[in-house]
Amino acid sequence: MSHCQQRCKRQLGRVIRFFYQFVTGTLSQDSVEDEFELSTVCHRPEGLEQLQEQTKFTRKELQVLYRGFKNECPSGIVNEENFKQIYSQFFPQGGECPSPSLSPYTWVPLQGRGSHSTPHAVCLPADSSTYATFLFNAFDTDHDGSVSFEDFVSGLSTILRGTIDDRLNWAFNLYDLNKDGCITKEEMLDIMKSIYDMMGKYTYPAMREDAPREHVENFFQKMDRNKDGVVTIEEFLESCQKDENIMRSMQLFDSVI
Amino acid sequence: MQKLRWNCSDSQQVPAAPPASPPVTRPGLVMAAGVAAWLPFARAAAIGWMPVANCPMPLAPTEKNKRQDELIILNVSGRRFQTWRTTLERYPDTLLGSTEKEFFFNEDTKEYFFDRDPEVFRCILNFYRTGKLHYPRYECISAYDEELAFYGILPEIIGDCCYEEYKDRKRENAERLMDDNDSENNQEGSMPSLSFRQTMWRAFENPHTSTLALVFYYVTGFFIAVSVITNVVETVPCGTVPGNKELPCGERYAVAFFCLDTACVMIFTVEYLLRLFAAPSRYRFIRSVMSIIDVVAIMPYYIGLVMTNNEDVSGAFVTLRVFRVFRIFKFSRHSQGLRILGYTLKSCASELGFLLFSLTMAIIIFATVMFYAEKGSSASKFTSIPASFWYTIVTMTTLGYGDMVPKTIAGKIFGSICSLSGVLVIALPVPVIVSNFSRIYHQNQRADKRRAQKKARLARIRVAKTGSSNAYLHSKRNGLLNEALELPGSTEEEQHMTKGTSLIESQHHHLLHCLEKTTNHEFIDEQLFEQNCMESSMQNYPSSRSPSLSSQAGLGSSCCSRRHKKSAHLPNCSVPATRLRSMQELSTIHIQCSEQPSLTTSRSSLNMKADDGLRPNCKGAQITTAIISIPTPPALTPEGESRAGPGSPGPATNVPNVVKVSAL
Repeated sequence: MSHCQQRCKRQLGRVIRFFYQFVTGTLSQDSVEDEFELSTVCHRPEGLEQLQEQTKFTRKELQVLYRGFKNECPSGIVNEENFKQIYSQFFPQGGECPSPSLSPYTWVPLQGRGSHSTPHAVCLPADSSTYATFLFNAFDTDHDGSVSFEDFVSGLSTILRGTIDDRLNWAFNLYDLNKDGCITKEEMLDIMKSIYDMMGKYTYPAMREDAPREHVENFFQKMDRNKDGVVTIEEFLESCQKDENIMRSMQLFDSVI
Repeated sequence: MQKLRWNCSDSQQVPAAPPASPPVTRPGLVMAAGVAAWLPFARAAAIGWMPVANCPMPLAPTEKNKRQDELIILNVSGRRFQTWRTTLERYPDTLLGSTEKEFFFNEDTKEYFFDRDPEVFRCILNFYRTGKLHYPRYECISAYDEELAFYGILPEIIGDCCYEEYKDRKRENAERLMDDNDSENNQEGSMPSLSFRQTMWRAFENPHTSTLALVFYYVTGFFIAVSVITNVVETVPCGTVPGNKELPCGERYAVAFFCLDTACVMIFTVEYLLRLFAAPSRYRFIRSVMSIIDVVAIMPYYIGLVMTNNEDVSGAFVTLRVFRVFRIFKFSRHSQGLRILGYTLKSCASELGFLLFSLTMAIIIFATVMFYAEKGSSASKFTSIPASFWYTIVTMTTLGYGDMVPKTIAGKIFGSICSLSGVLVIALPVPVIVSNFSRIYHQNQRADKRRAQKKARLARIRVAKTGSSNAYLHSKRNGLLNEALELPGSTEEEQHMTKGTSLIESQHHHLLHCLEKTTNHEFIDEQLFEQNCMESSMQNYPSSRSPSLSSQAGLGSSCCSRRHKKSAHLPNCSVPATRLRSMQELSTIHIQCSEQPSLTTSRSSLNMKADDGLRPNCKGAQITTAIISIPTPPALTPEGESRAGPGSPGPATNVPNVVKVSAL
């Protein structure tokens, strides 16, 4: 009853306000200020020294990283939308091609066709948003829905300056979508699909529907020692350390920054 | 398993296809500013691909000389901007992002110096910083465009916030330039190769081109006025006739009016036929509005002639006479304002249509309401809804004749609402039409003003040009006389001369001098050239001399005597003939092939050839060299004269004509 009363009162107030405005000739935009709320939030990172202690970056590197970060996200934090948008600029998406100067470091696709290694030559409708979401969740260590500069830099520090084991741990964390300590086939399938999505539709040879699934099977065959359908962190670390390719590729990150 | 795409051995067997074409350098259009800064992050994020990959990864590119990011200073006309090098390198297709900026590097101050506008540079640097290019409204559009072109930035990347404004200004500017070009083309002075038909058309379109056109223009205008006035006066009652009947003037003086009408129609017909003949595209001319008005104006007369005084058709005939009033529209050829009004109405057609439509709606609504409101009252004039239309229209336009008034209270209330709403409905579209008219009218005025300004500007440019050419001739005269003298006293004059002329000027003059030497011709100014032409045409007989020449020749002869006292150089001995010529550039040189033997000893080979060729060509032309005015010490004159006298064939032969090379 009181709820109805409240609603009636509110409606009445609105009607009276409307007539008042009608008579005096005020526009509806004039009375909007009271509903305005400050929606911008500003986040400042901790001091440079603290970050230097926490991460393995030098002072200069931190400065460069922060400048780039702040330029793109003046409010100091990245939310998921921003993150996806930033990441999508590195991958051809929706027909837009990145400038050739943008990607000096291109991953040769597994299919190995020369024309695809230069992104500007072909515009592929790819979708990197799913993978970006997974990345976001991996960077957002405190799970508050936003990535601050500290999260950003600590993640980068692990990947670029950490030991091989650190890196493998971080990768495992990325794959483990629900953070329960083991990777199931479904999780791996999601990850694989997201990676294949980034390739887009126009690939050589043509992308098959079951390509991710086959890849996942292959992965599990390699990683899952005890064949229990999940890959735990120990299995993962063990199998990766045995694989030469993976170990070598992990060392690529030393020279990124 | 062999078919699996990720089987590395398979993929390695596939030969890498060569790149289809050289990479298209897309200008960095869609690159966001911070993206390059986030590249390390993207590369780090690739860690997720490593464990699932089955193939070895390619080697990462290494930075050969890993330069720490440094601040670079950009000095733009004194204002220093500083930014990181990587900021500029975000857009490597531009001047600042590529190695092109090294051309502007100043070693002494270790900064990049650009001699450009610092205000615009601010916007351009902001583009590098934020990835968005803005267009400042206070900036001139062409200046901005030039700066963008200089820095190698395409205007298409202007951000959405400023793009509309930029495009509008650019379009305005382009229209203005096109306008200028059009008016230039229209007013090209004398196009001698116009056919008669084209001249006639031009005369019709622009009456100011010739007096005949102007006369024609005024005559037609006068006759249009006469015709309109006769139409009006025809109907005025003109006194009585026996029989107590008031007759309009048209019937009383029928013959006079008929003659007047005939005369007018004759003129109009002739004009129409002439225009039809002269029109570049007759079909288009026939379809044009003005020609239709012309036809409509004169048709009733001819139809009246053709038709007899048949009673049946006389009614129709009378109606046709109404069309004679269209003659007044012919005035629009004579009045710019009328044309603008017509054009405005045409361009506001949609607003007018809206006005009409809304009015019609309101009329119908109110007429219905009034009819039903007044239905009850007795002896009401509102007999039907269409009858109420008249009341509604008169009320809405606030005329209020008073022939129909509502009597019931309801009728009066609705009547007042009707008149209030009428004011609103009519007042709304009118400002749009007014603003359109004002815009078009001012555009026209601006066009006229621009044309006038352009004339003044061209005149100024012409004056400046002749000034500079005079400067060249003046300095040439001074400088070369000094050279020819090789007198010790000439150094002061040289210094004096160099004081007067800057380095650039002297270099420019040297350039022109080289051209003269190359072509063996000389620059002279226009008046001299005219004189030359005139005098050469007067020189028909070898013996005759124009009085001016004789006086000059006398001067020469008097100087010649002086010459003999001095030990002058042999004519042409060490002085190339061209210099001689240039010394005399202010003199009128008349070419005459003389029978004098050529002085072979002291003539340069150039002269010889020319002489041989020239001999047969010009017979009967007299060579006279005379110095008209030389503001130099008289000692010079004998020098000049000496070369003039016996050496006359020499210089003359080098100059078959004194060629006027166009103004500098």
